[in-house]
Amino acid sequence: MISVQGLSKRYRLGQIGAATLRETVEHWLAGRRRAPHPTAHAASAPGRNEIWALRDVSFEVQQGEVLGIIGRNGAGKSTLLKILSRITEPTAGRAILRGRVASLLEVGTGFHPDLTGRENMYLNGAILGMKKAEIDRKFDEIVEFAEIGRFIDTPVKRYSSGMYVRLAFAVAAHLEPEIMLVDEVLAVGDLAFQRKCIGKMETVAKGGRTVLFVSHNMAAIKGLCSRAILLEGGRLVHDGTAAETVAAYVASVQKLTAEQPLATRTDREGGEILRFTGVVFRDAKSRAPLNILVSGQDVVADVTYDCRSAVPLNNVVVAIALNAADGAFLSACRSDAIGKEFRLAPGTGCLRCRIPRFPFSQGRFSYNLIAYQQGVILDWIKEAGFVDVAAGDFYGTGKIPAPASQCVFIDFDWEML
Amino acid sequence: MNSEREIIIAPNRRWAYIPWRELWEYRDLLKVMVQRDFTTKYKQTVLGRMWFALAPLMTTIVFTIFLGKIAKIPTDGLPPLLFYFCNNVVWGYFSNCLVATSSTFVSHVDLFGKVYFPRLIVPLSKAVARLVAFIPQALLFAAFWIYYNFFTPVGERLTISPAVMTLPLLVVLMAAWGVGVGLWISVFTAKYRDIVFIMGFLTQLWMFATPGIVYPLSMVPQRWRWVVGVNPMSAIAEAFRYALLGAGTVEWRALIFAGVGAVFVLLSGVLLFNRTERSFIDTV
Repeated sequence: MISVQGLSKRYRLGQIGAATLRETVEHWLAGRRRAPHPTAHAASAPGRNEIWALRDVSFEVQQGEVLGIIGRNGAGKSTLLKILSRITEPTAGRAILRGRVASLLEVGTGFHPDLTGRENMYLNGAILGMKKAEIDRKFDEIVEFAEIGRFIDTPVKRYSSGMYVRLAFAVAAHLEPEIMLVDEVLAVGDLAFQRKCIGKMETVAKGGRTVLFVSHNMAAIKGLCSRAILLEGGRLVHDGTAAETVAAYVASVQKLTAEQPLATRTDREGGEILRFTGVVFRDAKSRAPLNILVSGQDVVADVTYDCRSAVPLNNVVVAIALNAADGAFLSACRSDAIGKEFRLAPGTGCLRCRIPRFPFSQGRFSYNLIAYQQGVILDWIKEAGFVDVAAGDFYGTGKIPAPASQCVFIDFDWEML
Repeated sequence: MNSEREIIIAPNRRWAYIPWRELWEYRDLLKVMVQRDFTTKYKQTVLGRMWFALAPLMTTIVFTIFLGKIAKIPTDGLPPLLFYFCNNVVWGYFSNCLVATSSTFVSHVDLFGKVYFPRLIVPLSKAVARLVAFIPQALLFAAFWIYYNFFTPVGERLTISPAVMTLPLLVVLMAAWGVGVGLWISVFTAKYRDIVFIMGFLTQLWMFATPGIVYPLSMVPQRWRWVVGVNPMSAIAEAFRYALLGAGTVEWRALIFAGVGAVFVLLSGVLLFNRTERSFIDTV
């Protein structure tokens, strides 16, 4: 069981302290003489170069509960786990943990490339807090889970990256602490292994352990956690059931999306030589801008961009991807899938994506935008915006399909043989 | 037993303690880390673990030729090879402990930043691992000793006195000083990287400043012996050589000072280390 009371953590930005002995001495002398610090400048004023990664966070976790911790990047999730893992100290507040704690903040902590898989298992296990006898007992289980087999006695540096993470996760998965702190380590390995990992997490969760689980995978959060908390800017903004909290998260992300015009968004990769500036969905025939799309409607998406390169950009591939409300990817319209690449002249312009019979069901969908040139990303914004879709007669039968959750409609037929 | 344990996380946790129980709980980790240190150091080399003995041997040969034969520095009546080899083994252990411990925070920042375990385990594991390296050195030394004892006239003067019983204690003293001073310095290397670079150099200087390693204490005039006494390694090295080879100046007062000092340095080093490990991960 975990009790967190008013936990706060402040970090100082920039060059922490003095970089060299000489600077420290200079600072100290300046302090004695009450003279302005030699390297002081406007940014040294308190508040300007410090950041509260966590601010007054309080919550309780009962024995056997699985708590999800979600939030945007930089919200303080990893800091919270680091403090609870005793890797760093809080600035204020306190936390009480009852029981043996195991933290999984990274897979393969302490792995040494020259040691064999077997030796690394013992090393990693010991670092995570397992006794040698325990590792001996679970040895075969771990090897089987990792699907390493006969490679167990080969130095780890010869492993493929997949084998490496499988072994690392296998060791960690067989810890038996009362409290587990897990930070986004499920996103490793190939799909089959990911499913195995989630399965293992479910077993751990059902085994009565208290688990704190940080993830961006909303489906995993909803599947594994009974409760979840939402962190934003270091503060706890929501504490409730997993479904409620995920909804709150989605709402806040969408709010952010709605408030900021695409051109000025900073949460993008690239955006220097090419920058997306807006997306407008229109009816394909009338070209009228749409607030709400209807399933089955012929739509176009007009994507405006600003090309800041001095020379025209050749062979640009552009794509718009649609996600369900919880962030799960559904489908993408990539221009290179239909063999189209574009030549973008400097200055502003517009690319039109035509989607006949918009195949998405009722609900709110977010979309990502990406443009790249020969594999190099020019601009990539996740959750660039969202579209609302109303139920419509996709199949032209006069009946409106009503699926239980957001999905993609595909053309099909049934018959008796 | 486990579920009764309560961990309280709060700011400014006390640092005036030695985490005995935690160190004991993590003893398996200590064993594994010692193994790792020992196994990986010379992996994929032709000579493998023999390198542990060859390193001091090479220094010994250089010293024997340049200091013994060319500069003709006296060696307390002992054959120069034995004299220098013994001294190098002693100094080697001490300086390895010192240098390895002094960069603990800097060289393990990845590990310390991702998982919690009592961080004192790291310097402890280094000291123990270097101890294991003694074995090949001892074997080589024994080989030389046998040669000199049975096949040369000098052999009559080589005596192994009952003082050999004190060797383990002397080794512990060396470890305590090496780790203790290393812990003190690690506090600084956590913040100022340049100190890591000068450690190797400083240790070399210290070696030359220590009578007993490069030249015997008997060379130092009686009135200056008390100055030398401040350097604990001098007394320890001389005593070590006396116990093993029968020729060394045993300064009792200096030895006692070295013993008491070891306790103080180690204890204070541990406390400082505790204080630093709380917050270094934010500033290293």
